[in-house]
Amino acid sequence: MRGRKSIFHNIDWWLVVIYLLLVSLGLFSIYSAVYNPEHPSLFDSSQLYGSQFIWIITALILALAILMIDMKFFTSFSYLIYGASMLLLIVVLIFGQEVAGSKSWINFGNFSLQPSEFAKVATNLALARYLSRLNINLKKPKNVIIAGLLLVIPLGLVLLQNDTGSAIVYIAFILVLYREGFSGNFLLLGFITAILFVFTLMVGKYIVLGIIIALTIVIFLLAQKARKNLFVLFIMFAITTAFIFSVDYAFENVLQPHQKIRIEVLLGKKSDFHGAGYNVNQSLIAIGSGGFSGKGFLKGTQTKYKFVPEQSTDFIFCTIGEERGFIGSSLVVILFMIFLIRLLIVAERQRSTFSRIYGYGVASIVFFHMAVNIGMTIGLAPVIGIPLPFISYGGSSLWAFTILLFIFIKMDSYRLELL
Amino acid sequence: MKSNFSKRKYVIISIFLVIGLVYIARLFYIQVYEDKYILSAQNNVVRKQVIYPSRGLIYDRKGYVLVANDVVYDLLIIPNQLKSIDTTRFCELLSITKEQFQEFYTKARQYSPYKASLFMGQLPKEEFAYLQEVLYEFPGFFVQKRTLRRYPFSVAALNLGDVGEVNRSDLQRNSYYALGDYIGKNGLEKYYEDELRGKKGAEYILVDVFNREKGSYKDGHFDTLAIQGKNLYTGLDLELQAYGEKLMHNKIGSIVAIEPASGEILSLVSSPTFNPAMLVGRSRGENFNLLVNDSLKPLYNRALMATYPPGSTFKLINALVGLQENAINPKTQFSCNGPETLPIRCSHNHDTPLSLVYGIQESCNPYFWEAFRSILSNSKYKNTHEAYDGWFKIVKSFGLGEKFNTDLMYESSGNLPTSNYYDEVYRGRWNSMTVRSLSIGQGELLTTPIQLANMVAILANRGFYYPPHLVRAIDEPENLTQSALTKNQVLVDSIHFEKIIEGMERVTQMYGTAWRASLDSIAVCGKTGTVQNPHGKDHSVFIAFAPKENPKIAIAVVVENAGDYGGTWAAPIASLMMENYFYGEIKRKKKEKRILESDLILH
Repeated sequence: MRGRKSIFHNIDWWLVVIYLLLVSLGLFSIYSAVYNPEHPSLFDSSQLYGSQFIWIITALILALAILMIDMKFFTSFSYLIYGASMLLLIVVLIFGQEVAGSKSWINFGNFSLQPSEFAKVATNLALARYLSRLNINLKKPKNVIIAGLLLVIPLGLVLLQNDTGSAIVYIAFILVLYREGFSGNFLLLGFITAILFVFTLMVGKYIVLGIIIALTIVIFLLAQKARKNLFVLFIMFAITTAFIFSVDYAFENVLQPHQKIRIEVLLGKKSDFHGAGYNVNQSLIAIGSGGFSGKGFLKGTQTKYKFVPEQSTDFIFCTIGEERGFIGSSLVVILFMIFLIRLLIVAERQRSTFSRIYGYGVASIVFFHMAVNIGMTIGLAPVIGIPLPFISYGGSSLWAFTILLFIFIKMDSYRLELL
Repeated sequence: MKSNFSKRKYVIISIFLVIGLVYIARLFYIQVYEDKYILSAQNNVVRKQVIYPSRGLIYDRKGYVLVANDVVYDLLIIPNQLKSIDTTRFCELLSITKEQFQEFYTKARQYSPYKASLFMGQLPKEEFAYLQEVLYEFPGFFVQKRTLRRYPFSVAALNLGDVGEVNRSDLQRNSYYALGDYIGKNGLEKYYEDELRGKKGAEYILVDVFNREKGSYKDGHFDTLAIQGKNLYTGLDLELQAYGEKLMHNKIGSIVAIEPASGEILSLVSSPTFNPAMLVGRSRGENFNLLVNDSLKPLYNRALMATYPPGSTFKLINALVGLQENAINPKTQFSCNGPETLPIRCSHNHDTPLSLVYGIQESCNPYFWEAFRSILSNSKYKNTHEAYDGWFKIVKSFGLGEKFNTDLMYESSGNLPTSNYYDEVYRGRWNSMTVRSLSIGQGELLTTPIQLANMVAILANRGFYYPPHLVRAIDEPENLTQSALTKNQVLVDSIHFEKIIEGMERVTQMYGTAWRASLDSIAVCGKTGTVQNPHGKDHSVFIAFAPKENPKIAIAVVVENAGDYGGTWAAPIASLMMENYFYGEIKRKKKEKRILESDLILH
């Protein structure tokens, strides 16, 4: 090729620097969240922060390794990686270890990994590979179905592991599909469906039905065009009504009890301060008590004294909110925003469709994780156990996000050399 | 072709930005705008551990401890912190049923979900030691050291009173108390609640959600020390009190003994009584019901609340009024025709006519009727009405017809009828004849045993009294209470008392109505009384003081339904009390045996 260049040649430093910032912020937050005065060293591997430090170091080694691998490896082997990953998900289902009701861990001697975290990377690669084929048109049902299958397979397998949180993440790929030509109506439809669902549960189906009837009549009276399409209007009305009536049924029969409670708590229908509501309430108290500038590093009482559950993993944002206050927590949100927008900018500058689609995948997954995770800690999203990218404690998640990101950074560094 | 969709990136960026902005707005709302979370956070982390002071002790006059403290442990609960626990095991540990668990929990939760409240009180040390080992498995529960009353001697239950958990109205009345706190419910415990309870202290401890202590909050800057309750020094004489209760065993009635010079109550016996330890600890409620439902009403403090006509003992007061008002003089003689005398007959066999001293010795009804008539027809006054008012004023100064308002709980004021009362009843047409019963202490006149005891203390003091009180000093033995310092003068000059006392001395001598009250070497001055009881057998009443000069004890004894005049039962009881008080032992074993073995309760 063109002579050996540094592996850092042409890489996007914006993404790398924000990545390093978030990862170190995570390390310090975990340190603060589970701080144990008897083991004050940040590098004490007997403590969570010590092992997170090891995870970070290994993640950085992984990142360097990825930067050294030829990019063609990922394009050529994306289906293979995808297949292997799906196989691993099946293996977990059979041999995996059950932790907290989810069978999603696989043991390797001393440490264990969560294959579902890595499946996101594989799925992203496979989806990018498929959508980057020359004659792909997401208006064609066949293409949509194949792309959908690529997503539904891991989603289903993860769901079988009883890890709803990690499964729901695959919904994020709708953004990728949308960017690549999938009808925006589906995005809108999803949005309306969600609103109808929440609204029906909150105020009851008859009120919502009344509003729908009123709305239909208004449309009929005002819009000339609607009168011509009376049939369409009627169909829409019927579907909406059916949906409203199915919400109750779905809620009662399809969702599991803990999921039902989480949704009810979020909607303010239940204030169960012991169960699901307890976590959200404690989380709000922790973040809320941080005030404008926070209580200071290691000064957080709510998180340090274990009022907040899972404070080093899913609820790590509480520690940030409590100790760094509004300044710190909003800075984290802003940092994620910059990161996400930078991802989109970088994705858009790709000449390779594969790279662009992959980049959108990265952004969508990170965005979904961040939105749900932070949303749940501030009471804007139901409690779904997914980690905050780069920050939450956990080797699998950190490794998977690192791999996800650095494959894209590697692709980007090739942007001028390909084609 | 695909670049057609490149504008969609703006939609996606917008979605990102909208979520970002909404989250920042939400963070601003909960972190900067809303401050309820800061308060919640403080409640969450800092547990206020109340430090209970030990209640003040109560001493008798010789330094014996009548009421002491025992350490027990209360199990407290913070309902909000209760996590899923093994309820079955927990109930087994405490030997309670699941229903009880639910009941206690609901009660605590209703009080406050995040404040600590009592779950189960008064665990004995052994139970606590075991529980403490495993308590960490039950987040939301913790144990607090408390003190409980202990009674080294089973005496004076009603006087000392008892301590129980605060009720709803206590909580509303006084913000000092929290659910599960103890408060004096009766007697001295109630009257001196503010002094005895001390002041609760508080320790602020940082705890985590599992209720594990993480050290003191801000290095104890906000902690307050508990202030111990103040001790009470009573004038009660433990031995005399105990002996009085022993003598009154199987009898209904009261003994009140007062030190005349100070007004300090030496013994205040209401019989039947009970062991004060019954109202301590977990069986308190059960025992309280037993006592409430007891037909002999052991919770009714007869010495303070029961009212009786004073009977013949009141003749002494009438005599004093007569002397003070110049209606009679010591030499004035009245005749007695025995059972034929009108309007009030005499049942005693004695010489006639008789003068004051002899009249007292023989408790001659006709003499005192004549004396009373002289008072009400005194030429000093325009009419009977005014003469009666004069009589009333003097009698009232003996502390009759009103409460002493010292530290005695639930006193009755008795009854001293006013002239207005008779005006109303007889429509203004009444005279000495109408109210003749008053001359011999009957009729509308009602007194309590404590009033009778105070009355005889006044006689012993020749005209003054300190209101009878139980506690002489608070905190320090020298720190005297207000009652101990208030001297009251009656409206009879002290010179008039000598003849009365002479008569009283004769009462207890050979051939007197109360020869049974005499003591070998000490001159006892007394007066018997028989109180007609419309409901059954007459009550036996005796009042006395001794020695005659420089008296040390004044005593009133009432034995209900004794069926005889004061000399038979009340007088020997008073005599034994005085023997015990003066000599510390009883030599007249036969006399003591007679009293101890008598059962005068109507069954």
